[in-house]
Parts: sequence; C-alpha cells; structure tokens
Amino acid sequence: MFAVCADPKAIEGLTWLSCYLTSGKHLDFYWSFVTVLLLLAVTAPAALAMGFGGAMAARSRILPLSLLGKGYAALVRGVPDIVFFLFFVIALDQGLEYLKSLAVCADHAWPWQGLEFRVCQEAKVPLGASSAFWHQAYGFALAVFTFALVFGAFAANVLYGAMNAVPKAQLETAEAYGMSHGQVFRRVLMPQMWVYALPGLSNLWMILIKATPLLFLLGVKDIVYWARELGGSKTQAYEYPHPDWRLWYFLGLLVFYLCFTKVSEIVLARLSARLSRGQATAAGEAMRRAGA
Amino acid sequence: MKKILLATTLLALGTGLAAAQDVVRLGTEGAYPPFNFINDAGEVAGFERDVGDELCKRAELTCEWVTNEWDSIIPNLQSGNYDVIIAGMSITDEREEVIDFSQNYFPPAASAYVALAADADLKGTVAAQISTIQAGYVAESGATVLEFATPDESVAAVRNGEAAAVFADKDFLAPIVAESNGELMFVGEEVQLGGGVGLGLRESDTELKAKFNTAIQSMKDDGSLNALIEKHFGPETAKF
Repeated sequence: MFAVCADPKAIEGLTWLSCYLTSGKHLDFYWSFVTVLLLLAVTAPAALAMGFGGAMAARSRILPLSLLGKGYAALVRGVPDIVFFLFFVIALDQGLEYLKSLAVCADHAWPWQGLEFRVCQEAKVPLGASSAFWHQAYGFALAVFTFALVFGAFAANVLYGAMNAVPKAQLETAEAYGMSHGQVFRRVLMPQMWVYALPGLSNLWMILIKATPLLFLLGVKDIVYWARELGGSKTQAYEYPHPDWRLWYFLGLLVFYLCFTKVSEIVLARLSARLSRGQATAAGEAMRRAGA
Repeated sequence: MKKILLATTLLALGTGLAAAQDVVRLGTEGAYPPFNFINDAGEVAGFERDVGDELCKRAELTCEWVTNEWDSIIPNLQSGNYDVIIAGMSITDEREEVIDFSQNYFPPAASAYVALAADADLKGTVAAQISTIQAGYVAESGATVLEFATPDESVAAVRNGEAAAVFADKDFLAPIVAESNGELMFVGEEVQLGGGVGLGLRESDTELKAKFNTAIQSMKDDGSLNALIEKHFGPETAKF
C-alpha cells in the first residue's frame, strides 16, 4: 500500500506493523466487518417480515393458512441450524439452477446423476463467466435468505405470542365500537403487541449477531474466517511471516462482539422504554406514576 | 441406429458445452503453504497457483480461482460450484470412487510426524487435518487421531500440547520445522502415502480431464514442472 512496504522482510518495528496491518489481506479482513454489519442490517428486517407473515398466517381463520404458519414455525425451529446452513443452501442453489435449466437449456436431462449435479452452463447461477463479485453477491443473497428463513420462524413464534398477549378486553371494546377485524388489528393490536414481543425479539437479535460466523459455511468470508486465517502461523512463503497470533485476533473479535452487543442492549432498552409509554403493562404503569 | 444418433447428440452437446465453458473455475483451499495459500495481497498463491495458471495457458482455457473449505471441497465440485480441485489432493482409491483425477502434477511424497520432543508417543494422540490420507493412516496406526479443519490448526495443537505429534505431508511441514528455531522436529519414520497429487474433476468431465492431462504431460516433458517444484519446495524434494 505504501512505498516503504515494498520489501516487507527488510523493515521492522512499527513500520513493519503498519505495513502488516494495511496489507491487502487485512483490508479484506476490515471489509468483512462491513459484510457482517450489512448482513445484519438486511437480515433483521427480512426475518422480522418473515416472522410477521408467519404469525399473521398462524392467527388466520382460514385453516390451511393457519396450518402453514404454525407448520413453518414448528418445522424450521425444530431443525438444527447446521443442517440448514449445510444442506438447505446446497438444495436451494441446485433447485434454482434446475428451474432455470428448464427455461434456458436445450436438453432437459435429469440433473441429479449419481453424486453429481449437472445442468447446462447457461443455467448456472450465477454464470460461470460472471465476475467474482457476482459469485460473492449470490452467496450473500443465499445467506440472507437462509438467515431470514431460520430466524423468521423464531420471530413468528415470538410475535404470535405477543399478539395473543394483548388484553382481549381491549380488542372486544374496539369491536364494540364497530371496528372491522382489520381495523382492530391495525389500530389496537399492532401498536400494543411490540412491547410484549420486544424481549423475545431482542434475544433473537443477540443470537443473530453471534450466528454470523455461520456465513463461512455459505462461502462468504466473515470476520471469524479472516481472524483464523490471518492469525495462523505464517512461514517464509508469506511476505509477513509471524508465529501463531490467533489469540490476538480473537481477542479483537471478542472486543468487537462485546461492544456491538452492548450498543444493542442500550438501543433495545431505550426502545423498550419508548414502547412501554402509556401501555397497560406494569412498566407502563410505573412510568405513568413516576410522571404524575 | 439409435445408439449412433445418441452418440452424435452427446458429441454435439459435448462440443457445445466446451464452447460455452469458456471459464474454468479452479477450487483450492488456500491454507496449505507452499502448495496453496492466500498471500498478503489477499490472492491465491503458491506452487499450485503457478501450476494452475500455466496449465490453463497451455490448455487455452480461461481460469478463475475460488477458495473453498477443505472439508466440503468434494461435494462442492460435484454440485458444480467449480470445475477443478487443485488443492494438494493426493490420488487415493477412496476418492477415485467419487471423483476423477488427472495424472499427478506432484510426485508421490512422504508424510512425516512432527513433535516437540524426539521421544514423542506416536501411538498416543496424533493431530491431522480432517478427511486427509494422513488422518486415515493415523486412525489405522492405532493412535488416537485428533482432526482439525485446517492444517495450520493441526500444527498449533502440537505446539500447545494438545497432541503429542502432527502427521502431515513432509513438504508442508518442512518449512514450519525449519523456521521453528528448534522447537519442532521430525520424529519417527517417514511414510509413503497416496499416488501423488492430481487435479480432481467430476467423473463426467472427461474432455476437461483430457485437456489437463495433455497440459500436465507437456509440462513434465519440457521440465517446467520440475522447475516449479524446485522453486516452491527447494532442491531436495522428489521430482519427476
């Protein structure tokens, strides 16, 4: 990166360290923090949306829809995460390519031949000739979808419980005023359910933060992968040989995760206070008394 | 008649594929110096990078490098995420059952034990990388095998006392022992395992395999392969 870094084996001390910490590989490491944060920023709303859909379906008066919602939450919550991240993703990838092959390939041979999966080159997602960026973006998209599916099932259960926790008397009162089901849901149930859902959802958020190293199983290089790769002892074959430094890299990650979860806790505590205001809960009542 | 028709269709399809297959994706582990590793610029480097690039040039293929975890490197080849495994993979009968190998581009090499002390118990706990011929050998030798996801971790296990010794390719261990300031040493007998290192390909990719076999042969014939082996592994390593 800098001119002094041209010959890393000739420099030492602080210069060596500054060159080492700005090597191309370290820049990849720093970027992977952005990848993880981006994944969380995209996955959290997606999982919440999936969960909301699941909870709404589970509450539905239409039996098949209700069964679908309940089945989704029960099935996905019961399957170990590792199975999802190892097998579901490969199945999803192959399923997409199979569907695409039906549209674009000349021959429609069954692609699963023994241990191999073969579709024509045009049906590859992304195409073999696409740049590395698209391959990474595709891996990232698969990761977001899988995370949203898994965490959405947990969120569905939390939200389903929260919807049932809103006092029934309030819903009945709303109906007595002549509101339709939709109006009751939007005006009375929705604004009040979040305070009941928040403890469960904040747990999920914390677990999601710590589940991001599963990204590596999906071929996305995350911070834990890079910490392990950079920290491992390096021989003279590398430009910057060093002994086993994994301890320092993992300590760095520890600090990152602790800071991140601490900030999350602060934000969630404020959100909880904001949502409790004026609610018919113990926390809301305490706030009313303190204010009075 | 039907057979001839089928054969011509397959042939036509085959050539069609070859034309469309303008990019060959090479899958490697990127954690096995000096065979393959991620250099400090964040790119795949090492012996196999040089060999792979040269082979692609000779076979007139456009190649792209991909890294994949060692443990799932064969399933991802079969699933079509890349077309070739070039990751220091020894040719063995077990692997031949699920994938095809090109001819070897690295001669059959010795595996060796490395430990902290000369009297290390090689029948005790021995570290090895998961799904390698070395891990299989240790398990059969009667020792307790301790498997790790990356080769680097298996060496670290010896340094921190978790395992009495590590068993791996001698060519991988040699620079580590040489640079350990006498902390690590080779112990016990060397063992010859596997039929050399070859490219792993899907069993159906016969055409690609033929292209690479021709390219490897031409590199063996003009001595350029030996030159690359000497460049990365030093003058004492076995050559063709």
